[in-house]
Amino acid sequence: MDHSQLAATFNKDESRVTWHDETLWWVRQKRDKQAHQLPEWERLRETASRIKNNVLSNLSGYLEEFEANAIKNGITVHWAADGKEHNAIVHSILQKHGVNKIVKSKSMLTEECHLNEYLHQQGVEVIDTDLGEYIVQLAKEPPSHIVLPCIHKKKEDIGELFHQYLGTPEGNADPQFLTNAARLHLREKFLTRKIAITGVNFAVAETGEFVVCTNEGNADMGAHLSDVHIACMGLEKLIPKRKHLSVFLRLLTRSATGQPITTYSSHFKKPRKNQEMHIVLVDNGRSRQLGRPDFRNSLKCIRCGACMNTCPVYRRSGGHSYHNAIAGPIGSILAPNIDMKDYADLPFASTLCGSCSNVCPVKIDIHDQLYKWRQVLVKDGHASIVKKLGMKGMTFTLSHPAVFNFAGKAGRWVLKHTPFVVNNGFNPWFKQRDMPEPPKESFAEWYKKAVSNQQ
Amino acid sequence: MSRTSILQSIKANQPSFVEAPEVENFAPAFDDAVEKYIEVLRGIGGTLHHVESDEQIISIIKAQFAEAKRIVSDLPGMSSIAQTYESGDGHVFEDVDLFIMDSNLAVAENGAVWISDNEIKERVLPFITQHLAVILDKKSIVPTMHVAYDIIAQKDYGFAAFIAGPSKTADIEQSLVLGAHGPKTMTVFLK
Ligand code: SF4
Repeated sequence: MDHSQLAATFNKDESRVTWHDETLWWVRQKRDKQAHQLPEWERLRETASRIKNNVLSNLSGYLEEFEANAIKNGITVHWAADGKEHNAIVHSILQKHGVNKIVKSKSMLTEECHLNEYLHQQGVEVIDTDLGEYIVQLAKEPPSHIVLPCIHKKKEDIGELFHQYLGTPEGNADPQFLTNAARLHLREKFLTRKIAITGVNFAVAETGEFVVCTNEGNADMGAHLSDVHIACMGLEKLIPKRKHLSVFLRLLTRSATGQPITTYSSHFKKPRKNQEMHIVLVDNGRSRQLGRPDFRNSLKCIRCGACMNTCPVYRRSGGHSYHNAIAGPIGSILAPNIDMKDYADLPFASTLCGSCSNVCPVKIDIHDQLYKWRQVLVKDGHASIVKKLGMKGMTFTLSHPAVFNFAGKAGRWVLKHTPFVVNNGFNPWFKQRDMPEPPKESFAEWYKKAVSNQQ
Repeated sequence: MSRTSILQSIKANQPSFVEAPEVENFAPAFDDAVEKYIEVLRGIGGTLHHVESDEQIISIIKAQFAEAKRIVSDLPGMSSIAQTYESGDGHVFEDVDLFIMDSNLAVAENGAVWISDNEIKERVLPFITQHLAVILDKKSIVPTMHVAYDIIAQKDYGFAAFIAGPSKTADIEQSLVLGAHGPKTMTVFLK
């Protein structure tokens, strides 16, 4: 199933779609409020973007520096070419310790590598401890958002899941009550599991330390109570110096949820006495993406999720419609690098309105890259798929008024100011007909004005 | 191990070198860092008391945490209400109700306090405790993260963290709930 088919499934429940749309927009507005409080916001984004340019231009050097420092700190460093090797490394550490039950805090990388499924097949029980991830795990679903994993679920769904798996009273869907039930249940897991896996938000070349950001405290509960801490990271997470954390920590959570910072920004530098600490550095297509000049900027991503919250298509099609661990605009750039054929539909799941690029804290040119992927996909012989999907993409926006309204406003601007973006050989809508002159106002805007003028 | 091949392919694919920018010391948009700290901390769900002495802190704790059975702290001033602790096995702190610590660095723009295992010998304590109390001197509050990292830049530690408020989640329908996996409350005593 491709994006527009999956989106159609999501769209069957109209009131839920509206809720999803409005909730994510509310998160986007919280982000705006935080950003507007900092007069230096744009300069901060520029600084972050330029630090990441430096990282990409010297990634091999920073990786070697990071590795040497981490080893000096007593951490074991592993390198994995792909998801398969990553999973095997993690499993070998578990085997060495004879452990088959572990806790894991949020890591989109392990989602990308399908670690849970792999370990499950090896007879290992993995418990995701981030509340949102725990919920989707109970539901046997993947996360639908990188920061808000169960944003597609209503509290009643969650109440039902907890009733079934944790024995909470039937019909109780109170967020406070359910959170506390999960707290009690997972506390026992933290206390009894010997190995904890965490993700990594930033790794510092200069010091060999890594930083993990959570609001819940689950990464810390897992890591500090474990005998063995395994941190899994994509190799683009490197930053040169500890001091640079100031820039990224200021941007990350303001962009993600509109908080000034996450509750916990934990800096792991050395294992505890008698503890083992491992880092798995994972490539999985990243070095290839680095070699694509048009797309390498996608490796600057700090996974804040702002591009999803603002995306009119994401908000109304849901994360699962992207059939990839990372959904939304950034996921649609990363996925075709991993498999062009399987993900040929994703760069078309966009109106190219540019809202994603405007909010991105590291200034990735997201919508330009989506547009460029469309060209590559055609050139590489996915033209027939492209035509089919291109038409469907149009169908998706045309049949969803909210997306169309938003896309329409942006679209008219695009048509007026940059006609070449839309009027090109790659937009199949174009092949049979000429693009009409963009009206100055859409019918809806005109109608609103006409009505208020009458009053 | 794929180390060599990964590094080779990165070297072949990375763009030509560009310098990292100097990070400006962006001036804060507020004048009074202490005032800002208090406002932000309360905004993120923290509680704050202005105090002048340890006696005052103790009496507030006695009132606010009357139910607490196990209070832990190695601050000498708290010895009349708290047990000291040994580091080793974090699991033994499973039933701690209140952990009292101090911090010598806090950040006005986001309400965070900085801690490291140079002072807090048991890493899990600030997380496993049901409630967290922090004693903070006004002079330790800096305006922004940039100033904070100027101070932290050269420090050595095994583990360190910024902690900003009680643990929280909004994963269920974006309703904010305090007390996810870590402390349910965070109280700052400002001296
Ligand atoms: S692409 Fe930018 S906005 Fe999207 S998740 Fe990454 S950093 Fe955030």
